[in-house]
Amino acid sequence: MTAEAAGGAGADVRWTARLKRVPVTLTFAWTVVFIVLLWAALPWLFTGYSGTEGVPGEQLRPPSAEHILGTDGLGRDVYARVVYGARHSLSGAFVAVTVGLLLGTLLGLIAGARGGWTDIVVMRLVDSMLAVPSLLLSLSIIVLLGFGTINVAIAVGAVAIARFARLARSEVMRVRRTEYVEAAFGSGGTFWAVLYRHVLPNSLTSVIALAALQFGSAILAISTLGFLGYGAPPPTPEWGLLIAEGRNYLSRAWWLTAAPGLVVVLVVLSADRISKALGRTAP
Amino acid sequence: MVRYLLGRVGQALAVLALTFTAAFLLLQVLPGDAIMIKFMSLDMGLTADQIAEIRASYGADRPLWERYFTTVGNFLTGNFGISIQAGVPVSQQLATNLPPTLLLASLAFATALLLTIVLAAVSSMVGMEWLRNGLQSLPSLFISVPVFWLGIMLIQIFSFQLGLVTVISPGPVERLVLPVLTLAIPISAPLAQILMRNIDQVLAQPFIAVARAKGASRNWVLWRHVARNAIMPTLTIAGVLFGELLAGAVVTEAVFGLSGLGGLTYQAVGNHDTAVLQAIVVVSALAFVTINLVVDLLYPVLDPRLGTSMGAVT
Repeated sequence: MTAEAAGGAGADVRWTARLKRVPVTLTFAWTVVFIVLLWAALPWLFTGYSGTEGVPGEQLRPPSAEHILGTDGLGRDVYARVVYGARHSLSGAFVAVTVGLLLGTLLGLIAGARGGWTDIVVMRLVDSMLAVPSLLLSLSIIVLLGFGTINVAIAVGAVAIARFARLARSEVMRVRRTEYVEAAFGSGGTFWAVLYRHVLPNSLTSVIALAALQFGSAILAISTLGFLGYGAPPPTPEWGLLIAEGRNYLSRAWWLTAAPGLVVVLVVLSADRISKALGRTAP
Repeated sequence: MVRYLLGRVGQALAVLALTFTAAFLLLQVLPGDAIMIKFMSLDMGLTADQIAEIRASYGADRPLWERYFTTVGNFLTGNFGISIQAGVPVSQQLATNLPPTLLLASLAFATALLLTIVLAAVSSMVGMEWLRNGLQSLPSLFISVPVFWLGIMLIQIFSFQLGLVTVISPGPVERLVLPVLTLAIPISAPLAQILMRNIDQVLAQPFIAVARAKGASRNWVLWRHVARNAIMPTLTIAGVLFGELLAGAVVTEAVFGLSGLGGLTYQAVGNHDTAVLQAIVVVSALAFVTINLVVDLLYPVLDPRLGTSMGAVT
């Protein structure tokens, strides 16, 4: 580029440069998550239709101004069902991540901090959890607990325990070798006090980034299990179930499956993007 | 070397034994077990004594530890128990359902490999930055798509909108096209992510700069130097991919109504048929552990740089 051309486009360059510094995809990701959280908290603000009751005579309407995502076989507004479904899918994912985060981090902390036999036993247990494909592990736990929203969430969370445990352990190992932790032990800190005061807060960044990533995977897994019919029973507007129900009208009403699926993809993508921005996740 | 080998095999066996025990505890100590579900229903009209007799015939009335050791012995001799719902040996069910799933999985894996290599090759050879960024973010998109939804969308687009693939009584090849694609796309995502990251890492190495300085073209360097060095580390996720393939097969078979291991799993969960589920869990763990073991042992052979330091790994 010649000097003249660069000078002529000066204002332009500065403007685009500033635009480049704004992380567009990250902003978009946060916006998606924010909107979906609002759907879950205050669904009635976003739609006038009911999430579970249909309007007679309005079955299988294609998307229009009145029903922006069309209606299903019982005359229920698909957009309303997706909005009301956010609560089920998000709370399920929240429970799953909480289960995985608490139990996994606890296991990883203990294994990493204690070392020795405790470490070996806990980590072999974690290995054996990772040896079973996650869907199979979830299914086994569902067989044990029975069907239902909460049980599916717990089953999905149990899969995450192993990943959190691995990450937490590797983080603890890293922090443990630092001088300030050694100093804390040296100045008389007890095992649990040092763990709580120093090791835990310093390992937390990576764990939170993994939690964001797992939130996305949990939404995927919960919708898969909902689709297979192990989650909430039918009138519930859970996203996986919406897609399963739309399957019966595949040849006539594409919007029944396309809309909830796209929402799932957007939310999972956003969680992935946010997780990447938060920090490293691989153990 | 021998010590490393033994240690590694021992570790694998320990994981397998733990998985078996955990699956046994999880699945066999159920309150409402498969026998109850099948025989308790009132239509059967069985008395409590008759049910107790049936339980005894399956060995369900024995104490837990005794059942555990019997099951261990049975599994070691290849006897996976009897499916209570179907009334046939589980090993027989596995034998009939494994081949179609293996066919689906291996076709999907080959497709995924092809997809990955094309994606990585195009994205590293393309000059335009926006196009490269677009291609490099494709794997994140693929990972975020639910497998079952992908399958449904493929049916929607290729069968109903474009009419390319018939859904009603398709031929043997036509029947598999969409399931294979459904399974291959999510599998290709982690593969492509790792391969692309490796290509970038190798490209940043000094020897690439040397090769370029000597006058090699970018593409020549990519194929001669980078490809070999970047493909190797992709092997390490082979085990994880196997799990993904199996889990994907469960969902894909459910979506397309195919029979196979996935269908078997799906039915076993619905019927609380724990013997079937335990066999599937243990067999898949065995496959996972074996694959990882083979990759671990093969790695130093394929990458001579690792051979010398291997003694220190233990």
